[in-house]
Amino acid sequence: MKDLSLHILDLSQNSISAGAGLVEISIEEDTKEDRLTICINDNGKGMDKDFLEKVMDPFVTTRTSRRVGLGIPLMLAACSRCEGDLVVESEKNVGTRLKAVFKHSHIDRAPMGDMAETMLSLILAGSDVNRNVDFVYRHIIDGRVFCLDTREIRTALGNDINLGEPEVLMWIKDYINEGLKNIRGGV
Amino acid sequence: MKTIQELEEIRKKTLDTINIRKDRSGTRIVVGMATCGIAAGARPVLLTIMDEIKKHDLSDVVVAQTGCIGMCRLEPIVEVYKPGEEKVTYVKVNPSKAIRIVNEHIMKGKVVEGYTIGAESK
Repeated sequence: MKDLSLHILDLSQNSISAGAGLVEISIEEDTKEDRLTICINDNGKGMDKDFLEKVMDPFVTTRTSRRVGLGIPLMLAACSRCEGDLVVESEKNVGTRLKAVFKHSHIDRAPMGDMAETMLSLILAGSDVNRNVDFVYRHIIDGRVFCLDTREIRTALGNDINLGEPEVLMWIKDYINEGLKNIRGGV
Repeated sequence: MKTIQELEEIRKKTLDTINIRKDRSGTRIVVGMATCGIAAGARPVLLTIMDEIKKHDLSDVVVAQTGCIGMCRLEPIVEVYKPGEEKVTYVKVNPSKAIRIVNEHIMKGKVVEGYTIGAESK
């Protein structure tokens, strides 16, 4: 994976596959503490204890097309090489919480990447299944907060318009890029 | 500054086209978006296709995502399902190839043979 937004896209797809109705993605950049934290929380079907213990193992997967699953191992490797760590907690029928920590200034820390593209891809994926998948994306940089909640957008649009409509997606893309620019303080 | 109020305008504007898309009788474009696809560059391909559909106002085309198809070395993979026609699988797609696929295959019905899985294995 070239950047962190791709990891986030990949791991959030797991949440959608796990039947989640709400996926919360939060990114906190704290330059003072020199820490970057990414959390992905969902209310999907969760994992039992046995599976959770093996989840960091690349040879464990739920997919049926191959016997390797690299999503979590790749994220673990990305964290480990930046003096960080990855923790996955899960409870059957409740949901899964994933927390990845990086040293913000570490030379090997991959760039953030394009979060607008990641959110668009996720919303598109979530609008294609036979249920509503909502996303909350919160990005904090040194205390400055940007938040996107697709439940608000859904309310504004009404029930007959799908979030995956191109017009809506383009609006969300601009909304995210503008919001992120604001909290980055024009740097 | 983008505001939630703007969504109301989008709502009015898109209500008509939505009814066409709802019956899903049109073309379906599926992009492989598992770990392998994402790592190989599927995200920009997906969004390029989305952009092209919006640009040309193709209201009867649906873009969807799928997991791993099992041919990771050929990712990004794009499958095109046109009603009444056989599925066409494009491999090692990038944004510029995606534009050609939409312009030639989706809009004019001409399969871009050079990008298909058949051409790759020759």
